[in-house]
Amino acid sequence: MLNIISQIFSWINNEILKMTWLSNLIQGLVEKVFGLSIKERLGGSIHFFIYDTIKIFILLSVLIFLISYIQSYFPPERTKKILGNIKGIKGNILGALLGTITPFCSCSSIPIFIGFNSAGLPLGITFSFLISSPLVDLASLLILMSFFGAKIAIAYVVVGLILAVIGGTIIDRLHLEKYVEGYVKEIEDVDVEIIEMTRLERISYSKEQVKEVFHKVWLYVLIGVGIGAAIHNWIPQSIIETVVGNDNPFAVLLATAVGIPMYADIFGTLPIAEALFGKGVGIGTVLSFMMAVTALSLPSLIMLSKVVKPKLLSIFVAIVATGIVIIGYLFNAFSFLLV
Amino acid sequence: MKIKVLGSGCSSCKKLEENTKKALEELGIEATIEKVTDFKQIMAYGAMKTPALVVDEKVKIMGRVPTADEIKKHL
Repeated sequence: MLNIISQIFSWINNEILKMTWLSNLIQGLVEKVFGLSIKERLGGSIHFFIYDTIKIFILLSVLIFLISYIQSYFPPERTKKILGNIKGIKGNILGALLGTITPFCSCSSIPIFIGFNSAGLPLGITFSFLISSPLVDLASLLILMSFFGAKIAIAYVVVGLILAVIGGTIIDRLHLEKYVEGYVKEIEDVDVEIIEMTRLERISYSKEQVKEVFHKVWLYVLIGVGIGAAIHNWIPQSIIETVVGNDNPFAVLLATAVGIPMYADIFGTLPIAEALFGKGVGIGTVLSFMMAVTALSLPSLIMLSKVVKPKLLSIFVAIVATGIVIIGYLFNAFSFLLV
Repeated sequence: MKIKVLGSGCSSCKKLEENTKKALEELGIEATIEKVTDFKQIMAYGAMKTPALVVDEKVKIMGRVPTADEIKKHL
C-alpha cells in the first residue's frame, strides 16, 4: 500500500512538476530534427533552453491561474480585518502566513502599508507581511518543488516564514514607529465593505492575472533561461566552482549581494538557480540568490521609501539581507539532509 | 453618474479606464471618468489594491481589471 502511494507521488513529481515527458520530447526534437546530441554543448544548451522555457511558461500559466483563484478569497482588505485585533508574535506569524496568500504586486505595497498602519496594526506585523509576501507564495512553493524537489521547497517556505516573523518582531521591538512618514499617520482608517466575487468573476480575475504576470515576466524568463543555458553548457565548471562553489566561503554573501539589486520574478531566477545547482553550487547559495532577488526588489524598495524614512528602510533591508545570508549558510551546512 | 478610476498609473489602471469607457459607450451613457492618482484620496475610499472602480462615491470593484461587460452591471 505504502509502495503504491510512494509510486503515485513519484509519478506526480516526475511527470507533472518536473515534466520529464517534456524533457524527453524536446530531447527527441533536438536529436532527431536538429541532429544534435544533447551531450554536446550546442545540443545540450538548445535542449535546456527550449525545455526550460516551455516548462516555466506552462507552470506559470497553470500555477498563477490556480493561485489567483485561491487568492481571490483573500484581498488585502480582508487581511487587514483579520489582523486588526491581534497583537504580539501571533500577529507576526499570522501576518507572515497571510502574506503568502494575499495577492501582491509591488504597486500595492504603499496602499497596503498605509492601510495596515491606519488600522492600528503594529509596524512589525505589517513588515512580517511585507517580507513574506514577495518571498513566499504558493506559486513559488510549487515551482520550487518542480525544480528542486519537495524537501527543499518546503524547507524554503518554512525558513522564509521564519525570516518574516523574526524580521517583523525585531522591527516591533526596536520601536521604529517614529520613522514612518508623517502623512501616513494622518490617514484615517476606512473600513470598506469587501465585495465578494462570483465564480465567473474569480475565473475572469485569474485569467487576467495569468495574462498580466505573463506580460510582466516573459522577457525575464527568456533571459533567465538564456543565462541558465550558458551556465549549464558553456561556462566551465571550474569558474563556477571558484566563484560561487562550496570552496568559496563567501559564496553565500556574493550570491546575496548580487541578488539584491536585481529585479526579476522568481520565474526568471529559477533557471539560473537550477543551472548553478546542477553545476554543484551549494543549495544554500542558490536559495540565497533567489531570496535576495525576490524579497528585496528595487521597485518595492522605492515604493517603501515613500512611506518610511530612510533609517527604517535601511534597517528593513539590513534585517532581511542578514536573514538571507544566515539562511544560505545554514542550508549549505545542512544540505546533506535535503538533497 | 460620477465615475472615478482609482490607481497610480500602472497598466492595469489604464485598462480599467479603457474598459469603463467601452462599457459607457456600449450602454450609451454619458459620464465623465475622473482618474484619482493621489494616494491619500485613494486610501480615503478604503481600497488597498488598485485599480478600483468607484461609481457615485461607492466602491464597486477593487483590486482587479473587470471586463467591460462586468462594468456595465455597475453602471
